[in-house]
Amino acid sequence: MPHFDTRVQELKYRVLKEIAKAVYSNTLLEDYNEIPKRISPGPKSTMRCCIYKERAIVLERMKLALGGNKNIDNVVEVIKIACDECPLGGYEVTNRCRGCIAHRCEQACHKEAIKFDERTRAAYIDKTKCINCGMCAKACQYNAIQNFIRPCEQSCKVRAISMDEDHAAKIDDSKCIQCGACVYQCPFGAIMDKSYIKEAIEILRDSDNCKKYPVYAIVAPSIATQFKDYKLGQVVSAIKKLGFQDVVEAALGADMVSYNEAKELAEKGFLTSSCCPTFVAFIKKNFPTLVEHISSNLSPMATIARWIKTQHPECKIMFIGPCISKKQEIRQEEVKKYVDLTLTFEELQALIDAREIDVASLEESQLDNASYYGRIFARSGGLTDAVKQALKEQGSDFEAKPVFVDGIDNCRLMLNKAKSANRDFNFIEGMGCVGGCIGGPCNLTHEMRDKNEVDKYGHEAKETSIKDSIATFVE
Amino acid sequence: MNVFVCVGSSCHLKGSYRIIELMRAAIAEHHLEDKVTFKATFCVGKCGVAGVSMKVDDEIITGVTENNFDEVFKKHILAKL
Repeated sequence: MPHFDTRVQELKYRVLKEIAKAVYSNTLLEDYNEIPKRISPGPKSTMRCCIYKERAIVLERMKLALGGNKNIDNVVEVIKIACDECPLGGYEVTNRCRGCIAHRCEQACHKEAIKFDERTRAAYIDKTKCINCGMCAKACQYNAIQNFIRPCEQSCKVRAISMDEDHAAKIDDSKCIQCGACVYQCPFGAIMDKSYIKEAIEILRDSDNCKKYPVYAIVAPSIATQFKDYKLGQVVSAIKKLGFQDVVEAALGADMVSYNEAKELAEKGFLTSSCCPTFVAFIKKNFPTLVEHISSNLSPMATIARWIKTQHPECKIMFIGPCISKKQEIRQEEVKKYVDLTLTFEELQALIDAREIDVASLEESQLDNASYYGRIFARSGGLTDAVKQALKEQGSDFEAKPVFVDGIDNCRLMLNKAKSANRDFNFIEGMGCVGGCIGGPCNLTHEMRDKNEVDKYGHEAKETSIKDSIATFVE
Repeated sequence: MNVFVCVGSSCHLKGSYRIIELMRAAIAEHHLEDKVTFKATFCVGKCGVAGVSMKVDDEIITGVTENNFDEVFKKHILAKL
């Protein structure tokens, strides 16, 4: 079994793999009702109240693995019956309450919601009056009052998640920016990204080993932090074995982007980055006055895909990365011309294992198209370094004052500062995930050393300057 | 005529950029801009062979280096026009 951070990811992987196997063997119809039994063989349940509920949830996961509800445009969906309806209701007094004399909590509360048990003298909160402001919790010197929030709601930094009338989680699609944090954070795996592995397998199969049309894989640079049991070159070989003509680094698109972004920055004087689709969506939905400052560049993925499509208009292109937001990005008019499908690292693992490819036994393929700077886009601060370098290589006298932020909370802080006229920076690199793409929701694992792994991968690039890397491509 | 020079990882490391420069220069020198469509491509599946890979229409040519470029250009491009 491959390594995952959590058992929820492992469960999702097992479902994806079963679906992939069935599609490969053309037995999806026959296997459809058998897959839940394979995932939850019983006779005793291991995850839920009974084996039948477990299997019913597996069926729902299978639907998501096959593209989910077509009527919902959002690529992130709640599996309603999988939601445990966590009974967490905001501020509560815990048993740390000593029943003190001071009653600072009572004084802090403007709504007279703090009451005291006559027998134990401990405080409790009258939920009919409480407005969840948290003043009581700040006042208590024993930290006895705590805010209990559902993990999904806590993970959602744009407050798109709430409770529906049946107490199940509900996503407000108009607020959701597809960061995928809830998918990774829900302890019951009740929120999942839609998968298009069936279409991926069909595109590869219909190409007849790339004879009818070539199929290219574009891999995100964060791949350097994944599949740690194997050498990167072996993973590239495995991807080719799935039927791709070639594996191209999204980092090469990143080189192209940083070069153009530097020029645009010098022209316009203030820019926010456009690499991360979640960051872009966050600005569009929450900072309408800053939309005009979003870089006009396509993302690195779309930029390199556009280049490949101009060379081979008949080709198909799939992006493989740690990102759920990319699945939404490729639905945009200006991107869907170039990228046909998005896979995640979790889905890639499922495809490799469904084909029973023994990655460890494969020869290493080369993976080298991009420069150091393109490759370090995978981590927060990478794009900033690249834009500075590009300005230098262009001999520009424009003085870049970049800042980089990761995680939506930090992005919000910086964008609020950006609204002020006396901001002391002129470029914001924003990444929705904490740490950048290496913190992406569909990475198989997340580790402290990932940032170093990205830098190491960067230093292995043959090209040390952006100009050298894109020399072949700009004309 | 369509000419593709491979810029896949393996050929990139073997110096495809230099071949592209030579190709551009040779096309200009012989005034073939109207007759030859010059593009880059990713892997043509001949990574194991020394030198850079090329595709002239449907024919794959391997082992192109700076040293044998003139010869390859004459034999596979000029001769076929």
